[in-house]
Amino acid sequence: MASVESRRSPASSRQEPEGRSRRQDKYSVLLPTYNERENLPLIVWLLVKSFSESGINYEIIIIDDGSPDGTKDVAEQLEKIYGSDKILLRPREKKLGLGTAYIHGMEHATGNYIVIMDADLSHHPKFIPEFIRKQKEGNFDIVSGTRYKGNGGVYGWDLKRKIISRGANFITQVLLRPGASDLTGSFRLYRKEVLQKLVEKCVSKGYVFQMEMIVRARQMNYTIGEVPISFVDRVYGESKLGGNEIVSFLKGLLTLFATT
Amino acid sequence: MTKLAQWLWALALLGSAWAALTMGALGLDLPSPCREVLWPLPAYLLVSAGCYALGTVGYRVATFHDCEDAARELQSQIQEARADLARRGLRF
Repeated sequence: MASVESRRSPASSRQEPEGRSRRQDKYSVLLPTYNERENLPLIVWLLVKSFSESGINYEIIIIDDGSPDGTKDVAEQLEKIYGSDKILLRPREKKLGLGTAYIHGMEHATGNYIVIMDADLSHHPKFIPEFIRKQKEGNFDIVSGTRYKGNGGVYGWDLKRKIISRGANFITQVLLRPGASDLTGSFRLYRKEVLQKLVEKCVSKGYVFQMEMIVRARQMNYTIGEVPISFVDRVYGESKLGGNEIVSFLKGLLTLFATT
Repeated sequence: MTKLAQWLWALALLGSAWAALTMGALGLDLPSPCREVLWPLPAYLLVSAGCYALGTVGYRVATFHDCEDAARELQSQIQEARADLARRGLRF
């Protein structure tokens, strides 16, 4: 047991010049939350389980935007249970954009890779080891989870939702030719420096933000790998896709079409 | 060049080629069956592009995986997580 563990001492391996395979990689998960009191303990539990089963060095950074439901209180309890080296609380006063949440989280991240995902249990942490394998396999800058390829899919969507999703995806593929099949998904692995550069460039909000990240990545010649994921729509809480979302998606799509 | 500019260029190129041929601006004497096909060609292309789009989206909607297993697995893991977290002293 001890001999296996000893390979993971980060201090000595950091210094190696080759850096790629031997250096101890560390993965920082950024979890932006707003009213996720129910889901947060569960997603953290699943993350810890997935990481420790595959022997991955990790930390979880919870960025709570002043949720009124007491998400922060639950997060503090989790910090006590799992230790403050694994669970880092970096709350903010009020609800701010997703982009700034990533910037805020990255300021405190000590990993050389960043995983972003939703805290609402629609993204299962069991895919993260697959992301990591994929990243190493092609030395990718970004690995994106995709619902639209291979064994990927969704749960809990009715026909209307599927048509909107597939239709929006088709139009986007035709107009932007982005080189990735799932543009609006937000379950991805980035090299830290790549995410830093991308976040600076991206100005959109909501669904379009994730799309802009991929489009800009392609523009800046970053490489993108894809892993099929199953997306289980919100178990607790309301899923949101209304007319407003569709209109702002189309606006964002056309803006990217005209500017990139 | 932006994606919009690429589209406009491609459309302008195809459009002017079509206009030149139908208007006979190049001085080519096309046989009349050719001319009869040529002049409604943009409409044909538009309709077939539309059919292709509908067909593709329809096929993809029909073959969209429903991840029943993933949902079941998640539910059982949620039970497990709740029990384990409660044991560790988490107050939900």
